[in-house]
Amino acid sequence: MSPVRLIDIWVYLAASPLLHLTLTVTAYLFSDWLYRKSGNRSLLHPVLIAVIVLVVILTTTNTGYPRYFEGAQFVHFFLGPATVALAVPLYRNFARLRQMWLPLCFGLLTGAVTAALSAVFLAWLLGATPQTLLALAPKSVTAPVAMGITEKLGGPASLTAILVVSTGIVGAVIGPTILNWCRVSDPAVRGFAMGTASHGIGTARAFQESEIAGAFSGLAMGLNTLVSSLLIPPLLDVLGLIP
Amino acid sequence: MLNAIAVLLVCQLLGEISSQLLAIPVPGPVIGMVVLILILRTVPTAADALSETSNGILRHLSLLFVPAGVGVMLHAATVKQQWLAIMVSVVLGTALTLAVTALMIKLTLHLTHLCRKAQR
Repeated sequence: MSPVRLIDIWVYLAASPLLHLTLTVTAYLFSDWLYRKSGNRSLLHPVLIAVIVLVVILTTTNTGYPRYFEGAQFVHFFLGPATVALAVPLYRNFARLRQMWLPLCFGLLTGAVTAALSAVFLAWLLGATPQTLLALAPKSVTAPVAMGITEKLGGPASLTAILVVSTGIVGAVIGPTILNWCRVSDPAVRGFAMGTASHGIGTARAFQESEIAGAFSGLAMGLNTLVSSLLIPPLLDVLGLIP
Repeated sequence: MLNAIAVLLVCQLLGEISSQLLAIPVPGPVIGMVVLILILRTVPTAADALSETSNGILRHLSLLFVPAGVGVMLHAATVKQQWLAIMVSVVLGTALTLAVTALMIKLTLHLTHLCRKAQR
């Protein structure tokens, strides 16, 4: 096949969503394989590696993010149904949930406030711009909701998306160690903390520990969307950060 | 599997509609999750019918965040300029959130336990 023909095929494929959808799924499968092959080395978190691989591919082929997202949106879309699907493990652990709902409420409220305030305060201390502070505040909330919060506050929603994903990866990597340091062994409590601090990516990590941890992490992620969307706007307003 | 996906989509749709109608800040998928829990509590056999698909999706929950993560391309300049503030905020803030949440639950669990004992 002549090189001209190959370029034609490339141009044709790059214009359809198929190419970037396939790239997203295969880059993730490769990263997941690498992660398991390495004996679950936490720094080789599959999302981190997949993002690096994709950014390198897109930069070398000179593809912009909007073009990439035309294909990747089909994966992104499933964040919604996946949130709904969390109902199944929750239902299975309902007895446990009913037993400890009050402590979980306390944990959620303090966790959500700590997440927003610590993110804003630490970044402010180190000289981040006001726009970055707005993007950082909802970083522990799952992607689509966090983006909605920042947007409503007049901040950069797409920056929030990256910070949310970074927070998820960091939580998945350091979470189990931090919880061991705090001597928390109850899988329900471990899961709940992972979900509050690092949403869906933390939940995926919690499911690796046990089904109970995963179910409670999913619960925390769901409840945190609610608490944070109610708390973050007035909190930032009090701090005088809203333009 | 198609049945299960249809159930998830219908629940999400109901969630999105009620989120819009009630004008509350709760996102549609979260209301959809509550709807599905209510369904499962009314029809317990549905849990088995759904579990294969829901496990399948949840096992690869991380994959769904990859497209948002690739968005880092759009903000390379911001990240480069403020990398220290962002990194400290993300790493230290997340560590703090994890510890505070877990210890708060541990403490209140302990307290409720003591209260129950005292009542007896």
